[in-house]
Amino acid sequence: MKYLLITAALLGLSLTACTKKNDNEIVLGHFASMTGSEATFGISTDEGLRLAFEEANAAGGIKGKKIKLITMDDQGKAEEAAAVATRLIEQEKVLVLIGEVASSRSLAVAPLAQNKKVPMVSPSSTNPKVTEVGDYIFRTCFIDPFQGTVMAKFAFETQKYKKVAVLRDVKSDYSVGLADFFVTKFKSLGGDVVGDVSYQSGDVDFKAQLTKLKSLNPDAILIPGYYTEVGLIARQARELGYKGTFLGGDGWDSPKLSEIGQSAVDGAYFSNHFSNESTDPTAVEFMKRFQAKYNKTPDGLSSVAYDAGKIIIKALESATELTRENIRGELAKIKDFQGATGKISIDSNRNATKSAVVVQVQGKMNKFVTTVNP
Amino acid sequence: MNSPGQDFIQHLINGISLGSIYALIALGYTMVYGILQLINFAHSDVYMVGAFAAYFAAKLLGLNNSPGIATLAILLIASMVACSVLGLAIERFAYRPLRKAPKLNILITAIGVSLLLQFSCQIFFGADPKVFPNVIEDGVLTEVFGVPLKMNDVSVLAVTLVAMLSLHFLIYHTKLGRAMRAVSQNRTVASLMGVNPDRIISFTFIVGSSLAGIGSVLVGMKYPKIDPLMGLMIGMKAFVAAVLGGIGNIMGAVLGGLLMGLSEQMVVGYLSSTYRDALAFGILIVILIFKPSGLLGKGGVEKV
Repeated sequence: MKYLLITAALLGLSLTACTKKNDNEIVLGHFASMTGSEATFGISTDEGLRLAFEEANAAGGIKGKKIKLITMDDQGKAEEAAAVATRLIEQEKVLVLIGEVASSRSLAVAPLAQNKKVPMVSPSSTNPKVTEVGDYIFRTCFIDPFQGTVMAKFAFETQKYKKVAVLRDVKSDYSVGLADFFVTKFKSLGGDVVGDVSYQSGDVDFKAQLTKLKSLNPDAILIPGYYTEVGLIARQARELGYKGTFLGGDGWDSPKLSEIGQSAVDGAYFSNHFSNESTDPTAVEFMKRFQAKYNKTPDGLSSVAYDAGKIIIKALESATELTRENIRGELAKIKDFQGATGKISIDSNRNATKSAVVVQVQGKMNKFVTTVNP
Repeated sequence: MNSPGQDFIQHLINGISLGSIYALIALGYTMVYGILQLINFAHSDVYMVGAFAAYFAAKLLGLNNSPGIATLAILLIASMVACSVLGLAIERFAYRPLRKAPKLNILITAIGVSLLLQFSCQIFFGADPKVFPNVIEDGVLTEVFGVPLKMNDVSVLAVTLVAMLSLHFLIYHTKLGRAMRAVSQNRTVASLMGVNPDRIISFTFIVGSSLAGIGSVLVGMKYPKIDPLMGLMIGMKAFVAAVLGGIGNIMGAVLGGLLMGLSEQMVVGYLSSTYRDALAFGILIVILIFKPSGLLGKGGVEKV
């Protein structure tokens, strides 16, 4: 009798624990750094995605169904990303997995998504290895070989820098990749990379590396890292009396950069997905809607996330049947999609071909400098 | 363009500045160990709470952008008070009930308190880093052989020196200090001489935690990014510094802290940042092999 009761109780428990499947919903999963030292990455991305899906739902949804986005926090840790992504796949049974910004975390999840044959769309991981994992992994942004080339050309041709030093985060796939592509291109253009030293994400003291770099007297220092460390690095470099320019990539794109770096980051250049000074009609319309919903101007990551959302919506709409396999097929077919961040085509390696912008930090603003086409 | 000599002096300044912060925190470990033979793992989290106390104090008082000596003093006091109260509470509610229990129980409790603080602070303050207010207007104070000596580094060193000298005075030249030394040598005998060990132990926690509070404001000044897990690495390094100098020994903690700071800067400056943490713990292993009691630690030395 006792055992029967326990069994009954357990059975009841396991039944209620199952998420009720709602046939009128399309469930999508987003794993993101909603907290941690890259918190603004996750928050910006989630805002962009939610705006896109809300618009689709307001317009009647897809095939009569509403999109439901489940966001889970990975705290900015690769192991946590793998755990929440597994939960999204196994428990929530998401149709499409969306994430991450940081390449290291996308790389931690991509093999899981590939194994389970769940289409995964990274809005803004730029390291080339991410989509190399398999045919279910997509991205809607450019990749680091392109981003590195853009910055190398900008440094050498536009800014006429001859000597550049690199300070890379050895713990980040993104940082190491971007640094390598930059160095190769900058050297091939005829520039000189005078120093190449490293730090590790989480460090707070960079004075020793910067002392070394300062004495090499480079025209600019490339810091292909994320905003928290970049802000601290720039400050400490200025404290040591370095007067040159700082260069970076899309990992700088956060309002926290100037909050931490203050005047030290003023005048620095970085490559990004989007500039909010864009006059493209799609971009202007997006900024208007974003402003109306969140009462702030979107950053680059919100913008690529919005485009990723739109692309997923398009794939959902054109899929004959809402299966993971069909959606994968439709994602691969995206051609000349007019997004807020420009025209996006998914190539045969499931990467997006699109243009990049270079912006300059000016106080809390990022001033548009130039657009570079692929 | 810097000459190699100037580089070296710059590394030296950076190292002393970093090392003096390690030393401040190491003192907290060493004092508690001296008196209770307990490694207070929660110490690094008391330090973290101190940083947040200063952050919120600055926010409440509107001192976010008014750097100056007065701001520094106010934030130091806010942080020291918060840390003392917390340190006292931890001792009273977590360690004192276990005073008669085996050492291992208290050690595990200490780890528990540490994790409790880290993760409850993540809930209350959020896990994303906060930007510490501007405390001191940074500027070049003077030049040493062509290397600029910055206001920030000098204030860190000045505050550390004042704190350490006060501590030295407290321990060796006051009645309270004598009582502390007595309790650290033999608690039972000290209590026979009219010293109340519980009160002295509480007092030790107050002093140790205040030092962590000072350290946290100095770190906030130097590296204006604070988050609930900020105590983890710096606490570990400070602990290594305390063991390196001889745990339980005050001068040892200072020496250990400076050694750690300097060697870290030199390794990163002349080798690679990848070896930074490997070195810290490598030193620990080597010292423990050749001198298990630490550089200045030897049997019978006065411990507080």
